[in-house]
Amino acid sequence: MTNLFNYIDRPSPIHRLSGASKLVCLLLWSVAAMTSFYTPLLVALTVLALIFFRMAKLRLKDVSFTVGIMLVYVALNNVLIFLFSPDHGVELYGSRTVLLPLPGRYSLTAEQLFYHLNVILKNACTIPPVILFVCTTNPSEFAASLNRIGVSYRISYSVALALRYIPDIQREYHDISLAQQARGVEMSKKANLIHRLKAASTILIPLVLSSMERIETISNAMELRGFGKEKKRTWYASRPFTPADYGSMAFCAILLILSLALTAINGGRFFNPFR
Amino acid sequence: MEKETLISFRDFGFQYTAQAAPTLYHINLDIHRGEKVLIAGPSGCGKSTIAHCINGLIPASYPGKISGSLTVKGENAVKLGLFGLSKTIGTVLQDSDGQFIGLTVAEDIAFALENDCVARDEMHEIVKKTADLVDIRRVLGHAPHEISGGQKQRVSLAGVMVNQVDVLLFDEPLANLDPATGKQAIELIDEIQQRTGCAVVIIEHRLEDVLHRHVDRVVVMGDGRILYDGDPDTVLCSFLLQTSGIREPLYVTALKYAGVSPTPEMHPASLPQLVLTQAQKDQVKNWFFRQPSPVPGEDRPVILEAKAIDFSYEGGHHALKGIDVAIYKGEMLSIVGTNGAGKSTFSKVICGFEQPQSGSLTLNGEDLTALSIKERADKIGYVMQNPNQMISKTMIFDEVALGLRNRGVSEEEIRPRVEETLKICGLYPFRNWPISALSYGQKKRVTIASILVLRPEILILDEPTAGQDFRHYTEIMDFLRALNRQGVTIVLITHDMHLMLEYTPRAIVFHDGRVICDASAAQVLNSPEIVTQAHLKETSLYHLALLSGIESPEEFTRRFIARDQEVRK
Repeated sequence: MTNLFNYIDRPSPIHRLSGASKLVCLLLWSVAAMTSFYTPLLVALTVLALIFFRMAKLRLKDVSFTVGIMLVYVALNNVLIFLFSPDHGVELYGSRTVLLPLPGRYSLTAEQLFYHLNVILKNACTIPPVILFVCTTNPSEFAASLNRIGVSYRISYSVALALRYIPDIQREYHDISLAQQARGVEMSKKANLIHRLKAASTILIPLVLSSMERIETISNAMELRGFGKEKKRTWYASRPFTPADYGSMAFCAILLILSLALTAINGGRFFNPFR
Repeated sequence: MEKETLISFRDFGFQYTAQAAPTLYHINLDIHRGEKVLIAGPSGCGKSTIAHCINGLIPASYPGKISGSLTVKGENAVKLGLFGLSKTIGTVLQDSDGQFIGLTVAEDIAFALENDCVARDEMHEIVKKTADLVDIRRVLGHAPHEISGGQKQRVSLAGVMVNQVDVLLFDEPLANLDPATGKQAIELIDEIQQRTGCAVVIIEHRLEDVLHRHVDRVVVMGDGRILYDGDPDTVLCSFLLQTSGIREPLYVTALKYAGVSPTPEMHPASLPQLVLTQAQKDQVKNWFFRQPSPVPGEDRPVILEAKAIDFSYEGGHHALKGIDVAIYKGEMLSIVGTNGAGKSTFSKVICGFEQPQSGSLTLNGEDLTALSIKERADKIGYVMQNPNQMISKTMIFDEVALGLRNRGVSEEEIRPRVEETLKICGLYPFRNWPISALSYGQKKRVTIASILVLRPEILILDEPTAGQDFRHYTEIMDFLRALNRQGVTIVLITHDMHLMLEYTPRAIVFHDGRVICDASAAQVLNSPEIVTQAHLKETSLYHLALLSGIESPEEFTRRFIARDQEVRK
């Protein structure tokens, strides 16, 4: 089964970092990349991200499904930007260099193309680190990491439990859907929308009911073993920070400072080659 | 020397907030250190409520009115609260899948320690030690779906043992286990108790299985009251078990049929220690010779035939390896085997939920492979284990009518068909009730009715009696037998040895994707090799027959079942 959250266990320096420090790095990195449109910085971040990807010993085919979805998203994003504001680049960079005259507002300008390049670069330097985090962080460590950066342990654990139960619920959905199809519930595209909504309810109601049973069991089991007793809790899967952890967090912090500094020096978020 | 009293109920009563009458009345019960106590009784007798009071889920999760007192190690249980009690009492719940919290075995064992803020390194130490105690050190890094049912039970046990508890409380520990794993679980509980010296309380209605190992005391409950509290030998010699809806061990019933009245001196609570005089052995033997042999059923035509079915799941798991099975018209048969042996996959292939890579499947000589799920369902009905997984309407009538409405049958035709089906299933008086008002067993009937209304020729049921007490079990199975006598072919996927012996003349045993045995249920359970391979359990009748010097335990089993069916009618 294809899984979006796919921990791939390989020996690499990235895997050896603790989940918490990877999460901190991811956050710092994302803020650095998102606040800036400074093209050389974005190029540098993209190159760095690909290097880290390599260091983690991940191969493209490990993550092809996720990458596929991301590419579709990036393409859609760009098409929509062009459709709704084909002159956004012109407004940003304050000049208009028409490369290909087209009807209406849709003439292709160098400024707009450059803006699109920046959008793509931003995606290219933020998406790989997310995939990197998901693929190199042991799910067991995930809740512990969230908790370590200050999220309450109840919420952290709920998130981890939800992730853990997704496959179970998927399997159950599949079973219920088959049994209901046997009773003649039409699930194919042949049926009209109202029919299909009705069909969905005959699956969702049993699914919700049996999930409620499951929730009652698990919450009893958790309370019986003292979940929620103290204000804090420790984590079996947490790992102490090593110099590498501190180093990588410091590195990402410097990147963020650099990004902010460039914005300040540059007098704006945008790198403008047209001036 | 008097042992320390750990749990003490004094004139204790409890009424759930949502209920009109109390569930427990005037309970007086003591549990001492190092003791092993079995609390038995039919569903609804209050035994689970007692468990919830002991571990604190009452009143923390299930509020209600408490009268009298409950003290744990001399302290008021309500004051101690759920968390306070968890230091003394470790609860292993019935559903070892549902209570698996951690992502891996090690994390699950560590869960209670994490909540106690134990430092990481110390925690790793304790987890290792506890894992050794229950022998699961090798699977510490595994995810729950990678380990067997028996291992999951060990993990649940380890998860409460890390707290160094004084009492281990088991709430229906056998409900979801196959017979062999259940037997091992009882042995494991016994070993752990001997090693740690803690008290053990087992809540279970499957008396015979728990008595596989020594029990100090049996508490029998009925209608919220304690009916008996004493040694197991004495209770087996009385008629209390029959009247309170608990099944006594089969060998005890067999002795009674043979005219041997058990006395406590014979140690009837433990089969290995059972003492029979020569005269009593002769009595059993003579009874055996007097009993007529049940007549074998006549030959029937084949209704469903599977030939060389091969099936692998997408991930590559080779679930069915060349399955050849013929099912005969009008028969009632069991498919048994361990989890993952392929029995559920096989039923999915029959229903068209999964497409086999090779092999043929015919119904009345007609090829099934081209038919869709819906088309097959007109001929082969499938009832899932948990009724909540099937019910999607609020009213009984609508739920049963769903399949017909989906098939475009007119409302004039639907009404009589649904009503007729409801009558067959004994649900007619409830036809205008909401489903939520029904008991579990009645819901099960609704799901069977909702399939039956389509008039299938074959009905496949997945674990129809899982988690049911003796009375509900008899109710469901007698109903299925009545259906069978009306001509419906019935296939049961089950773990229950009693069910297989009593209701299905024929049993097919799956193991590792193959059929390893296709014979009468009595034959299967009397062949030690098959029994071990398929995680089944020999019946105690087998041992009783040998003990009494009967050379054909299989025939003894068969004659006993025939007699038992007559008596229970």
